[in-house]
Amino acid sequence: MKVVIMGCGRVGAQLAEQLDAAGHSVVILDMNSYSFRRLPPTYKGKAIVGNGIDMEALKRAGIESAEVFVAVTQGDNRNIMAAQIAKRMFNVPRVICRIYDPLRQELFQTMGLEAISPTTIFADLLRKRIES
Amino acid sequence: MYIIIIGGGRVGYYLSKALLNEGHEILLIEKNPAVCDTINDELGSVCLRGDGCEVSTLNEAGTSRADMLVAVTADDEDNLVACQLAKYKFKVPHTIARTRNPKNEELFKKLGIDVTISSTNIILEHITEEVPTHPVTHLMEIRDRGLEIVEVRIPADCPSVGRTIKDIILPTGSMLSLIVRKSQKPVVPTAATILMADDQIIAVTTSQTEEALRAALMGE
Repeated sequence: MKVVIMGCGRVGAQLAEQLDAAGHSVVILDMNSYSFRRLPPTYKGKAIVGNGIDMEALKRAGIESAEVFVAVTQGDNRNIMAAQIAKRMFNVPRVICRIYDPLRQELFQTMGLEAISPTTIFADLLRKRIES
Repeated sequence: MYIIIIGGGRVGYYLSKALLNEGHEILLIEKNPAVCDTINDELGSVCLRGDGCEVSTLNEAGTSRADMLVAVTADDEDNLVACQLAKYKFKVPHTIARTRNPKNEELFKKLGIDVTISSTNIILEHITEEVPTHPVTHLMEIRDRGLEIVEVRIPADCPSVGRTIKDIILPTGSMLSLIVRKSQKPVVPTAATILMADDQIIAVTTSQTEEALRAALMGE
């Protein structure tokens, strides 16, 4: 599968590493080339410097032929915007984004985005551990 | 009207001031507490400190009774999300977003924002209106021979429209190679060819004679 990941933080880099090791074609995008230090030397995919809410940068990352787009930058709004660009402007079949804010996650989920809130997931996990 | 403005920068500040003067009820939402204090000192208590992309802030601002929400922060993504929250969560009838990147206008429209304003596009439109497009376009340069291949457009109101090529005195070193016409095949100009409005003439010239060629073709 061809996957474009926006944001080379801990999550983005780890996801890129795993997908690459599993044999998928991965392109990771970040505004700062220093972030690519998180990629292991064995990573065979592409790493591109660019702003993921800029359509030109997404094209350079090959979004037009991507099957999956993942938005995992630190900014909720950037992830929301990039995910909507991927979905509505480039018709990427599968688009997933991270939204820390549970309220925003809820709204954009109902609007058709596949959105994950790590805040909700982690709070639930902690609660379950405490109560068990 | 009750208008909520997101972003207390220069645009947000002057917009609030102007709308207050027109008698509207204004609430400005700004993250930076120092900016908030300054605005409240100058314009009265119109500024709420908070993030205009957070549902709790928008609740506090009474967004569900707002007639309009205008997002003018410096970041396109924040303006988009603030307007989408206003529109889809709080059912605000009119949403206006500012964009920095002119290419985002189309996207914002697709995503339901009622009006998108790109200052870059507005300035560009004014430039095109004020300054008519330069009639000579450089297509190619043959550097080692000192030659240039240019395109000259003949405007409809140009005095040379209707003249034959032989009546046009070209500067030495210039040559007309092709005329491209709307809904016609391109023609190789001969002495008898008559110039028409909207003709695109492909010509070979030198950088020294380029201006003389333009003047000759324009009938100046």
